Amino acid sequence: MTANGWLQILIFLAVLIALMRPLGLYMARVFEGERTFLDPVLRPVERTLYRLCGVKAEVEMGWREYGVAMLLFSVVSLLLTYLIERVQHILPWNPQKLAGVEQALAWNTASSFTTNTNWQSYVPETTMSYFTQMVGLAYHNFLSAAVGVAVAVALVRGIARKQSATIGNFWVDTTRCILYVLLPLCLVIAPLLIGQGVIQNLHPYTTAQTLEHAATPQTIAQGPVASQEAIKMLGTNGGGFFNTNSAHPFENPTPFSNFLEILAMFLIPAALTVTLGKMSGSSGHGWAVFACMLLLWFVGVFCIYASESRPHPLLHGVDQHVSASQAGGNQEGKEVRFGITGTALFAATTTDESCGAVNGMHDSFTPLGGMVVLSNIMLGEIVFGGVGSGLYGMLVYVVLAVFIAGLMVGRTPEYLGKKIEAFDVKMAMLYVLIFPVVILILTAISVLAPQMGLSSLNNNGPHGLTEILYAFTSAAGNNGSAFAGLNANTHWYNITLGFTMLAGRFLMMIPMLAIAGNLAQKRSVPPSPGTFPVNSSLFTILLTGVILIVGALTFFPALSLGPILEHLLLQHGILF
Amino acid sequence: MTSNLKIAIRFTLITTVLLGIIYPLLVTAFAHLTMPSKADGQLIVRDGKVIGSEIIGQNFTGDTYFHSRPSAAGNGYDAANSSGSNYAQSNKKLVDRIQGDVATYQKTEPGKPVPIDLVTTSGSGLDPDISPAAALYQVHRVAMARHLSDASVETLVQTHMQGRQFGILGEPRVNVLELNLALDDAASQH
Repeated sequence: MTANGWLQILIFLAVLIALMRPLGLYMARVFEGERTFLDPVLRPVERTLYRLCGVKAEVEMGWREYGVAMLLFSVVSLLLTYLIERVQHILPWNPQKLAGVEQALAWNTASSFTTNTNWQSYVPETTMSYFTQMVGLAYHNFLSAAVGVAVAVALVRGIARKQSATIGNFWVDTTRCILYVLLPLCLVIAPLLIGQGVIQNLHPYTTAQTLEHAATPQTIAQGPVASQEAIKMLGTNGGGFFNTNSAHPFENPTPFSNFLEILAMFLIPAALTVTLGKMSGSSGHGWAVFACMLLLWFVGVFCIYASESRPHPLLHGVDQHVSASQAGGNQEGKEVRFGITGTALFAATTTDESCGAVNGMHDSFTPLGGMVVLSNIMLGEIVFGGVGSGLYGMLVYVVLAVFIAGLMVGRTPEYLGKKIEAFDVKMAMLYVLIFPVVILILTAISVLAPQMGLSSLNNNGPHGLTEILYAFTSAAGNNGSAFAGLNANTHWYNITLGFTMLAGRFLMMIPMLAIAGNLAQKRSVPPSPGTFPVNSSLFTILLTGVILIVGALTFFPALSLGPILEHLLLQHGILF
Repeated sequence: MTSNLKIAIRFTLITTVLLGIIYPLLVTAFAHLTMPSKADGQLIVRDGKVIGSEIIGQNFTGDTYFHSRPSAAGNGYDAANSSGSNYAQSNKKLVDRIQGDVATYQKTEPGKPVPIDLVTTSGSGLDPDISPAAALYQVHRVAMARHLSDASVETLVQTHMQGRQFGILGEPRVNVLELNLALDDAASQH
């Protein structure tokens, strides 16, 4: 670890904190339906869109209707993307003449992008046409993010409102998120990325007569990358235009583009804590939640950075030291321009939230570095989290923390004036349980089925288990990053991971909306001396504790058989 | 339910046109008007032929050129098939591959430890850069093969070192293709 490395991390943090407050307050205005500075341009577009779609913007929905609208939209848009993939060979913008996508893969990919997972079982350069990438996939980058934010905002309304039967209008929330938040930010970020060297064209792939091997030309993949890259990061989608995602020089050419991409990933989720504070009328609570997230993020960055800086114990004749002329440490799967710092910062961030973009190969991380990225997803990606999904995931833990605090003092727990009762806790527990049940059961079946599960492995020994565990964790968490050595483009993995992604998204969103609807209709009780304050540092500590205990109790056994065992064996010189 | 279904279908179609077609084409048009070279991938053209991209690595195997890092993309630096090795640290194939490459490098530099980035594959398999340490390590071999003095090749390496961006971000590096092009240019001037 170096002084410069820490400086890079601290600068990132300073910029994030400077930007999140104005954006968070702006988003509160957007979702409260107030005037913003973009109204003169966007208001007419918004009205036209409502008119064309038949949306009655002034009519609000109860939580059931909100959920139904969300599901219907997801099904329709999923089917459209499936269709586009299947018939891409007869659609335009396919200069490489790529064939239609095979059924299981098309299903997996459509589920993946609809659920904001962006798990990729395929090599994009050789599978997806420009049309599919733009219209099928980048489209979902916008919409899945907007849907996530809409659900989070509905939940915040549920917390803030008193004796209300409704929690907002799904179509309005989604539309306003796209028009007022995502699109303007993309139009700022995409040009900045192009300025750094991210490509943006519709040309066929380039053939280059390379300097030394002119006889065997290099084919260079092209495409409309920057427009997709901007929303891929901003919407915490993470689906790469190219196979190696943000490690590819055309997706992430410079250290500054790397900085921008990490910032874009974190910006909206961090700002949503400010939005939470503003809309719920307790900015102190927003900050308490932010503090908990910041703490967990920082620990993750530190652990990955420290672990990846360590030399491989079994190499001879190799200079692995960190020095002024080389980054040193574990360089397998990392790019020289980012070094250990830029990769650690990216990896911690992408797994703390549900982004899943990578700028280095997680599969080649040190065992403990890999364990930290995996654990980040296992904690539920609530550290800033996915756009929207992070905030509502965190609020589940908030409900649990308040509930546990209530049990400790023997009072009915309250959260911002609302009594937390049996229904709320049941729904929160449903949310907490669905996640590990899906992951652990499917991992176990894969491990027991050599033909289906184990034949896809790239690494043997405990690391093989970690590859499978990572795949299902990433899919259930809608993260989408991978221990990419696992060949997931098989019928078994395409189909099971496809269902895992849908479960991880919709089975978790619906309990969330139920809590929102139930909280909204409750009356508000004034705080009493027995009320546990949710804007204190004590609350931050309790919340962090609940997250770590739930996460550790659920996943520690699996982790001890995977990365921990691998680490111990490696230190004793055992390879597989 | 049926009214929401109707809205869902219309909403999907209209937003698809807006976000899937208008938005990327707008960005493409902007890129081509303002930054055409960057939008097309910073291609290097020599004698009317494209010989590569400034920011995509190439394979170099001869002694007269500086070598890039090993690559797991296709058969090496396949820019239509980017890939990392995805080997775990506990994978015997990783350790064997690295030790094999180390042995090759140490033939010309006996006993001198090889900088780690020179014997590890990058994430993309297309890394255009090596660390300054990895470039300096190869100076002696390249100088011998080209019958130049170590000092003159080292000077060339020094002039092609890129510092951290804005003095802070990322890591110092040397673009291998640019360095090798400069080597060829220097040779043709003599």
